[in-house]
Amino acid sequence: MANLTLVQAINLALTQEMEDDERVILLGEDVGKNGGVFRATEGLHKRFGPGRVVDTPLAESGIIGTAIGLAMGGLRPVPEIQFEGFLGPAYDQICTHAARFRTRTRGALTVPLTIRVPVGGGIHAPELHSDSPESIYAHTPGLKVVMPASPYDAKGLLVSAIRDPDPVIFFEPKRIYRAFREEVPEDEYTVPIGSARVVAEGSDITMISWGASVIQCMNAVEAASASIELIDLRTIYPIDTPTIVESVKKTGRVVIVHEAPRTCGLGAELATQIMEHCFLHLEAPIQRVTGFDTVMPYYKLELEYLPDAQRIGEAVEQVAAY
Amino acid sequence: MPVKTVYETSIEHVSILDEHGKFDAKLGEGLIPDEDVVKLYEHMSVCRHYDEVAFKLQRSGRMGTYPQNMGQEAASLGAAYALQKDDWFVTCYRENAGLFWHGLPMEHVLLHWMGDERGNEIPEGCYCTPLAIPIGTQMLHAAGLAWAAKYNGENRIACTFFGDGATSEGDFHEAANFAANLDLPVVFVCQNNSWAISVPTKIQCSAPTVAQRGIAYGMPCVQVDGNDLFAMVKVIRDAAVRARDEKRPTFIEAVTYRLGDHTTADDARRYRDADEVEMWKKRDPLIRLRLFLDERKLWTTKKEEALQASAKEIVSAVVKRAEEIAEPTTNDIFDHTFAEIPPNLRVQRSTLRTHSLGQDPSPLRDTQAASAPTR
Ligand SMILES: Cc1ncc(C[n+]2csc(CCOP(=O)(O)OP(=O)(O)O)c2C)c(N)n1
Ligand SMILES: [Mg+2]
Repeated sequence: MANLTLVQAINLALTQEMEDDERVILLGEDVGKNGGVFRATEGLHKRFGPGRVVDTPLAESGIIGTAIGLAMGGLRPVPEIQFEGFLGPAYDQICTHAARFRTRTRGALTVPLTIRVPVGGGIHAPELHSDSPESIYAHTPGLKVVMPASPYDAKGLLVSAIRDPDPVIFFEPKRIYRAFREEVPEDEYTVPIGSARVVAEGSDITMISWGASVIQCMNAVEAASASIELIDLRTIYPIDTPTIVESVKKTGRVVIVHEAPRTCGLGAELATQIMEHCFLHLEAPIQRVTGFDTVMPYYKLELEYLPDAQRIGEAVEQVAAY
Repeated sequence: MPVKTVYETSIEHVSILDEHGKFDAKLGEGLIPDEDVVKLYEHMSVCRHYDEVAFKLQRSGRMGTYPQNMGQEAASLGAAYALQKDDWFVTCYRENAGLFWHGLPMEHVLLHWMGDERGNEIPEGCYCTPLAIPIGTQMLHAAGLAWAAKYNGENRIACTFFGDGATSEGDFHEAANFAANLDLPVVFVCQNNSWAISVPTKIQCSAPTVAQRGIAYGMPCVQVDGNDLFAMVKVIRDAAVRARDEKRPTFIEAVTYRLGDHTTADDARRYRDADEVEMWKKRDPLIRLRLFLDERKLWTTKKEEALQASAKEIVSAVVKRAEEIAEPTTNDIFDHTFAEIPPNLRVQRSTLRTHSLGQDPSPLRDTQAASAPTR
């Protein structure tokens, strides 16, 4: 066991998967000698060589498009897109191709691909380095979307993603890359895709979140007088509906927290599923604490935009008092 | 003859004032009047000081990530000098010197990197676009701006800047193709500074020059010493005439070098040799311009002292303006999203400073509580 940060846990997962499986290769901008701008691939270029840790031309469509070909050609590519804001040029390859090859070839050609992408705000970064586009990809059939909120889950989920037979977008919440450490086993383990984690048990309110917001939620849970059950979704698609339903049937009150804009954010889908499955158990309207329907502001105002413990606490009080 | 050559070409490299201060009078004489060379040298010096100060602001926590421009000033400044004030200047983020010459107030760039969108509020009459963070995207906008100018019968052209890395993006190739095939008055300037963060130019381009990429699109192309202000002025002038008079684009590869780290978030020692940096320090555009001025007796140590003092004054006044701007309000998050703010967004805006902190309180019974201001 080692005490690791989230980014170190990712590095460990990559190292071990590359050791175990020669089909795993990394590609992207600055992932080689520089070890990635967040150092997620630190040391891997030296260890596995430039043939398996590849600095590519600066072209996201090229990175994902060739990774699709590599995957269909029998490899397990793990491309990195440097920041979520630069998924734009790769959107076509991800949504038009990676997501659809299995369906359109009736399974003859498949795309076992893991796209690693740092995501989210809160690090004082420039424009287009702080967005939360997860629901765009959750809304695209054929893609799995994952976002760990702890070092342990990061390693276990990344291993699952790399071994998954289908394309996975692996969002890494950059705000908590180095925010805290956690015991992460050296030994092999996986965290299954599609399973949420109950972070804290509680009986009054169910709070659902993912990514860096989970940490804000933990602060809010600590400050609240109500007993809150906090669920870290971990996988954005496919959603672990049973875990949510079980909790909401117990509590009857729900607060959903995400950084992404409110309209068509994943919170909308979660609220609908809860309504479908728990209608008669609900004691209050579901509350969402989210980013706004605006362009993510430059960093002077980013903390006004991102849900924090105060905003979450406000929603908790209102839901509890209803 | 079954096999014949159907096309042959060569790429010219233009250099006028070399790193030792040697001046090619045949090409360079009369290109820039002496008094303007002095002004350009002064401007470049102020920009260099600005760059150093910006770096320190970041290091002392007063500004966010900043990409140093150090060593690349001649490329954009030469272009700005050669263009007209109402030509479009469509830049990336290493064109401060040209942007300021073209009319962008200096505090705007600091504000941008201080995480303040007001840095992008370009003043009326200043024909530039905001710093482009997504690499390789702005060249298409330049093509469109040039197209609009042509459509409107204006004399305006567009000049766009981007790095060597940016030439790998698909958008670059689409911009070049549009400009050439639709006869658009655009000047493409690639600042080849050897690196795209840690990735060397050879990963972006296997051809011996980046310049020759223009050939594939059927446009004239040229390589130029990007640290040579005179050479820059010459090639941009030629390209601007071609754009203005013939509505034809040009592709220019300006060979320069990033003397600093990629940005303040980067540590270039991880991937490049100190020797390489030392070699390029000698090719600094400021050094050779100074040699030129000395040679022509246009400059003195006293003038240099006065210049350094005034650079300090100018830049500290700029920093003051940037730092003393009023704090943005939370309304700023919302107010520029659309020409007219839609009702749902208005709810988010109006509740942000109330009890519900931006969460729509309408589904809750007690909307009274939701409108009580708490901060
Ligand atoms: C579309 C996109 N992908 C990746 C990045 C991250 N990034 C920022 S600068 C940079 C390198 C740019 O290199 P180059 O075009 O040569 O310009 P330079 O910084 O050298 O001036 C990269 C990869 C980005 N900003 N935009
Ligand atoms: Mg470059």
